[in-house]
Amino acid sequence: MRYTGLLIITLLAAFITGRGQHKEMDYVPRKQDPMYQNKSVDHSKFSELHKNFETVQEVTNTCLKCHTERGKEVMETSHWNWEREAHIEGRGVTYLGKQNLINNFCTGIAGSEGTCTRCHIGYGYDDKDFDFSNQSNIDCLVCHDNSQTYSKAPGSAGYPHQQVDLSYAAQNVGAPGKHNCGVCHFYSAGGNNVKNGAMEKALLNTTRDVDVHMAKDGPDMSCVECHETEKHQMKGKYYGVSSMDRNRATCSSCHTEQPHQTNILNEHTLKVSCQTCHIPTYAKVNPTKTNWDWSTATKLDKDGNPYAIDNDEGRHEYLSIKGSFEWGTNLEPDYIWFNGTADHHYLTDKIDEMPVQINTLHGSYDDDRSKIRPVKIHTGKQPYDTEYNNLIQMKLWDKEEGQGALWVDFDWGRSLEAGMDYLDLPYSGEYDFIETEMTLPLSHMVSPADQSVSCTECHTRKGSRLEGLTDFYMPGRDYNAAIDTAGVWLIILSLLGVAAHSAIRIFSWKNRKIKA
Amino acid sequence: MKKVYLYYKFERIWHWTQAILIFFLGFTGFEIHGSFTLFGFETAVAWHNIAAWAFIVLIAFAIFWHLSTDAWKQYMPTFQNLKAQAEYYLFGIFRNAPHPTKKTVLSKLNPLQRLVYLGLKVLVIPVMVVSGLLYMFYRYPSGAEMKAIEMGGLEVVALIHTAGAFMLVVFVIVHLYLITTGHTLTTNLKAMITGYEEIEDEDEAAAPADESEKKEIPV
Repeated sequence: MRYTGLLIITLLAAFITGRGQHKEMDYVPRKQDPMYQNKSVDHSKFSELHKNFETVQEVTNTCLKCHTERGKEVMETSHWNWEREAHIEGRGVTYLGKQNLINNFCTGIAGSEGTCTRCHIGYGYDDKDFDFSNQSNIDCLVCHDNSQTYSKAPGSAGYPHQQVDLSYAAQNVGAPGKHNCGVCHFYSAGGNNVKNGAMEKALLNTTRDVDVHMAKDGPDMSCVECHETEKHQMKGKYYGVSSMDRNRATCSSCHTEQPHQTNILNEHTLKVSCQTCHIPTYAKVNPTKTNWDWSTATKLDKDGNPYAIDNDEGRHEYLSIKGSFEWGTNLEPDYIWFNGTADHHYLTDKIDEMPVQINTLHGSYDDDRSKIRPVKIHTGKQPYDTEYNNLIQMKLWDKEEGQGALWVDFDWGRSLEAGMDYLDLPYSGEYDFIETEMTLPLSHMVSPADQSVSCTECHTRKGSRLEGLTDFYMPGRDYNAAIDTAGVWLIILSLLGVAAHSAIRIFSWKNRKIKA
Repeated sequence: MKKVYLYYKFERIWHWTQAILIFFLGFTGFEIHGSFTLFGFETAVAWHNIAAWAFIVLIAFAIFWHLSTDAWKQYMPTFQNLKAQAEYYLFGIFRNAPHPTKKTVLSKLNPLQRLVYLGLKVLVIPVMVVSGLLYMFYRYPSGAEMKAIEMGGLEVVALIHTAGAFMLVVFVIVHLYLITTGHTLTTNLKAMITGYEEIEDEDEAAAPADESEKKEIPV
């Protein structure tokens, strides 16, 4: 018996291995890679770049003199075209992007290009007639300037500030760093961290608690180390404008499909994306906008001037130009099934649901390609045509007064008219505001493994993070009420039976004793 | 009365290991089910799986033992005395009536025990093992990737496993009570610990209620 016990204990011990630990990564971040530090080319030694450039196009043409084919590559990208070919089920082949889609923040660029295209990788995109075939208008520097001295000016259709030293910037080019990507992707929708909630300026200098990958006290990785790029085509998708499951940046490209020590965690990867457990909260440092209500915009103070109201943290609660906002910090994500494909609400689509889904991410438990994904759901209110029953693109910005721009003239009616007129779309003249929603998948601000979501945050009867996803059975959360009720009653009845039987036994035993 | 060696060493080790495992699986299992918090979900899952493997190893040994010693015949169901046994538990026991089935080395179980234990062995435990293995392995690593058995999710397997667990809880309750119904309150318990039980001699046995009960139950 002693030996049997020993054998069982040994067997049990053999099953116990390290729980939940990650496999060691042997990745050498580029900044620590000697190969990367010893650059083969030092652009500051090229005499062609030591000159007083008259125009930005002159810089671009100088780049293209050596990098002869890169211009053609760039013109194939969505960073340049602001649209891409996509097949969407039910719609067929479409061409979608920032050019023509609406979002749940500043809505759309139509009629306001001059200011929006500050984030276009080109020069002079100030209306819908921009020439996308002229490679001299590619802005090489905005992505490749490593000196952090180059920046684009507001309201200038992508042209830089006058004072930028183009020669100095051109001599200091290299692979894009965090700053280059961040200048647009951290500040999208008009301010730091407004849109995504997990991409913001804090990532420029951060710690492992906020982002294990980009942390200064960690590997200090740059964006393009995950968003690998070939021929200027960057891996990665933003599903505010993307629709198809292709060329995505994945965790598994470095971490493999089975990165955990234990099978039970690896099994989760079939249905649960890495982000679900490893991004427990977003907007960890600075707040992100959670609600944007356009309907309150255009109020003016008693002098007829636009004004702003700030909340306690110094964030805009109200702006005459944009309406009312809500902000959030350290937010728990929402969760959806997502298979990498999405549809979008076109301006020409009729409104058939409330709130209007600005984008729709597809997926379900039964779909093999779907995984649970953490998302930020951004709610809002946008103008819509009460007669034609569709959303309306307002014209937001113009250089001059009197062109109908909302941010200049503060007149809803004229702004909506000007926006739809610009797009050659019908507008009845009758408008109101309608609730809208946009879903933004989260992939950044990955937490250290020991801070990831724990089992019972999902596997629990009450308050599960996944309580919104009800199309599957999850242990710890789900049960069948009939089986549980029947089971509990069987237990109660058997206990009662035992109690009754033993009571009669004791009673009859005492009776016999008395008789005897 | 005479002292008889009724339960072999293997039988006793098997019985008590099984008892410990069923209790442990019950507590960890119902924690995973969300019924209460005891060890913590993650620990409960890890230990439930380990205990399940230990149980499967034990079952393998038990099957081998039962086949190689012919002990499986103890569980052949019989309707002989079944009614008498049921009537004993319902009425006779209160009148201090004699046990209708005599224990012998060749026939240790009364007809009710035979039925219930056989049900456990061929129905409840196999269902628990199969549903449990599916629960563990409906997703499994295959080389560098994870694969899945297409069974439309966990629901059916999980519900069967849960229903089986409730059956086992009920079995344990009733079983724990019925072991007190031996010659004395602790006769059966002592027998399962020491292996020895005092059983009545043929001659001393009280007269059976009717003739049919006289027959030896074939083993």
